[in-house]
Amino acid sequence: MKAKIHITPKKAVLDPQGKAVQNALAHLGHTNITAVHVGKYLELELSPESEPKAALESLHDACRRFLTNPVIEDYQLVIE
Amino acid sequence: MQFAVLQFPASNCDQDCVYAAQALGHSARLLWHKSNSLAGADAVIVPGGFSYGDYLRCGAIARFSPIMQAVAEFAAQGGSVLGICNGFQILCEAGLLPGALIRNRSLQFRCEMVHLKTLRHDTRFTSEIPANQLLRLPIAHGEGCYYASPEELAQLRARGQILWQYCDAQGQPSDDSNPNGSVESIAGVINEAGNVAGLMPHPDRAVEPLLGSADGRWVLESLVRAVQRN
Repeated sequence: MKAKIHITPKKAVLDPQGKAVQNALAHLGHTNITAVHVGKYLELELSPESEPKAALESLHDACRRFLTNPVIEDYQLVIE
Repeated sequence: MQFAVLQFPASNCDQDCVYAAQALGHSARLLWHKSNSLAGADAVIVPGGFSYGDYLRCGAIARFSPIMQAVAEFAAQGGSVLGICNGFQILCEAGLLPGALIRNRSLQFRCEMVHLKTLRHDTRFTSEIPANQLLRLPIAHGEGCYYASPEELAQLRARGQILWQYCDAQGQPSDDSNPNGSVESIAGVINEAGNVAGLMPHPDRAVEPLLGSADGRWVLESLVRAVQRN
């Protein structure tokens, strides 16, 4: 069982990295891209006996307290 | 007067902070991140560096170290805590200061002298800075762009929590004098209670003319004065 966490900068937060990647893409001829957001992807391997619902709850807590900074980041968490 | 200077894996301004405290005639003790006591210190400095390799986010891992629990308790009891550079990032991550620090707008690591305007002179961290005196301090960071949501920013303004702004040599904040893209050119803030502050520039690296500036002394002397007043 795996937990997959996508972390992205909040839309309102300056994302110079995304802008730089967008500019580089434009130089490569990809001029139809209107915005790029660079985030992070975390994959957590859970022990097989984990109970998905409880794991989801505790990982949301970990996301809010540690894995993301809610001031600047949003996240999506799924368990598969 | 005894300063505690925290030491995390990859702190690199810890010795500078000790040197600065000693240059002012005070003593400073280095405290390893695994320690869970501040050993009776009068004030705490969280120094610059790249604690825990800046993994995950700057300061994100350091804030959970045992010494930070002691710092949180010390701060809750009204103790004075100053975070410099990575120390500022750690205090924001720990929720002891509002906002967050993100990648510089230029994406470049900026290492240079900056001018700072002090917005309040009635705090434990600024009382000894002469009125209308700009500070010249060095910066050295890649992730010093201060961010707070518009709502939070309005609160910071209303409560007088913005302590320092980047500005030009005439004291005017501007895009050109903002080295990292911080909102409203914010270089440093203070908590609501007035006992915890953080800034990206380094007062610790500017305590004598040989270092290019001695303006950092005023910040540290303010802290000393505050402790002595208590």
